[in-house]
Amino acid sequence: MGKDDYAIRASNLTKSFGSVIAVDDMSFRVNKGEIFGFLGPNGAGKTTTIRMLTGILTPDKGEVIIDGIDLRKNPVRAKTRIGVIPEIGNVYVDLSAKENLSLTGRYYGLSRDLIEKKTRDLLTSLGLFERRDDLVRTFSKGMKQRISIACAIIHEPQILFLDEPTEGLDVQSRRLMLDTIYRVNKQGCTVFLTTHNIEEANKLCERVCIINKGKIVATDRPEKLKSAFDKTQSIEVSFDRKIEQESLSHNPIIKVELFGDKWRLYTTDPDRAIKYVVALAQEEGMHILSLTTCGPSLEEAFIRLTGGGG
Amino acid sequence: MSAPIIIKSIILTAEKNVRIYYKKPPVIIFGLLFPLFMFLSFYIGRNIDMVLFFPGFIAMTLFFTASAVGPLITPWEKQAGTYERLLSYPVTVSTIILGDVLAGLFFGIIITVIALISGIIFLNIAILNFLLMLTAILLGGFCFAALGVLLAAPSSKAPSNVMMLSSLIRFPLIFISGIFIPLQELSGTGLILSYISPLTYLVDIFHSCFNGYSILPIWVDLCGLIFFSCIFVFVANLLHKRNLAKGL
Repeated sequence: MGKDDYAIRASNLTKSFGSVIAVDDMSFRVNKGEIFGFLGPNGAGKTTTIRMLTGILTPDKGEVIIDGIDLRKNPVRAKTRIGVIPEIGNVYVDLSAKENLSLTGRYYGLSRDLIEKKTRDLLTSLGLFERRDDLVRTFSKGMKQRISIACAIIHEPQILFLDEPTEGLDVQSRRLMLDTIYRVNKQGCTVFLTTHNIEEANKLCERVCIINKGKIVATDRPEKLKSAFDKTQSIEVSFDRKIEQESLSHNPIIKVELFGDKWRLYTTDPDRAIKYVVALAQEEGMHILSLTTCGPSLEEAFIRLTGGGG
Repeated sequence: MSAPIIIKSIILTAEKNVRIYYKKPPVIIFGLLFPLFMFLSFYIGRNIDMVLFFPGFIAMTLFFTASAVGPLITPWEKQAGTYERLLSYPVTVSTIILGDVLAGLFFGIIITVIALISGIIFLNIAILNFLLMLTAILLGGFCFAALGVLLAAPSSKAPSNVMMLSSLIRFPLIFISGIFIPLQELSGTGLILSYISPLTYLVDIFHSCFNGYSILPIWVDLCGLIFFSCIFVFVANLLHKRNLAKGL
């Protein structure tokens, strides 16, 4: 791939705050049209990295190329290619929904007619057209987040950056956010998202980059990372009544954990483990309410890579 | 970045500030009510020659109003969580700063012109040099608006802290700038201090516009205002960039 064929090319990015190195010589590439996840525990350097990629912070060292444009040399031109939903990406509460979108559109140099059309389309698709003239201060958190999404995509960016996009959202707003990510990606937009929600990254991303203490510890497809780090699988089972943990701790089940009303049984041989559970249920006269097999988890890979699991 | 895009970004930022921040209570309190009360406390019950006092009053009005908006914007945006989004737009910190300065300048000009027209109508004040007056209002307004933006540079997330700091710096200036004590009556340290206040130069120009005399040559006053404007914009740019990440 040539130098300009990547949506994002970060080389040797380094950023310190005082004596603390937040991002340490980080290099990675994001392909055009992919959904790229940037994972790490709190304080790993995710937000600092995304701020350097979006031109908000200047790296102490290193280079960022956005859609073939050097961010340091042409920050304004590079910023026209991107849309950003910051972690605390509030919109102006003293302006109406329509005014917020109009202001954003004008910053991106859109014509009045286009702003008018895009505002109508976006507010309609996000279910806020009826509230277009209301001040954003009267909106709920989920509604504000919808305006934030609309502001980030009004100019149809080539790359969409999202910093912890679903953090603190209700189920409906979370679903809307994920739908938006899928929709813009289908239209050809590259998506770069930071998250510490492993499951979300697992479902959404084509590739993930796991960072810890400002350094990249792994970059790969989620499935490859999972299989590389976790050879065990698990079974989730729930019964119609309580059962002692000891009766489930039986070869080939190597570990048993209780999550709510479900037991999670870890094993290297799911076939034998399921047969054992079914036999146990019959023997004890219990009904199995649910039984699910789970593959190796990205969470396990994440914990191993970031040293969280000890 | 081409000049039309820079100018467009500055105007757009200023327009956003006008729509959002002019109605904020700290701007009204520190920009309008304070100078009005200062004026009333000196005027009521005293036998003051308004013709002599008016240049200082107009300069004080422009000083307080133009410098009232700037300190509020960045802390308010950081507190509201809108600053990071603003920085992600196709703008630079310098264009944001100039947009903030422009918003302060407009506010200063509007209120000062209202005060000026009121003085002309109700106090029969005459402007002897209209062009100089206009130049002084524009230059002084820009200088004080830039001071306001500079005062926002500590980048506290609490607008009230910045407004307190700004009052701490702005209030002493009105006592050393020839508003309440005429420049010709100042001597020694008082006189030296007066020359480090940009307000002094504006008061001197306004004396020339209204009363036909000034202590310093007009070109010195104009150069003083230009010099302080450049310093304020330069240092504001430097400090805002340095403190960019604080409070994001």
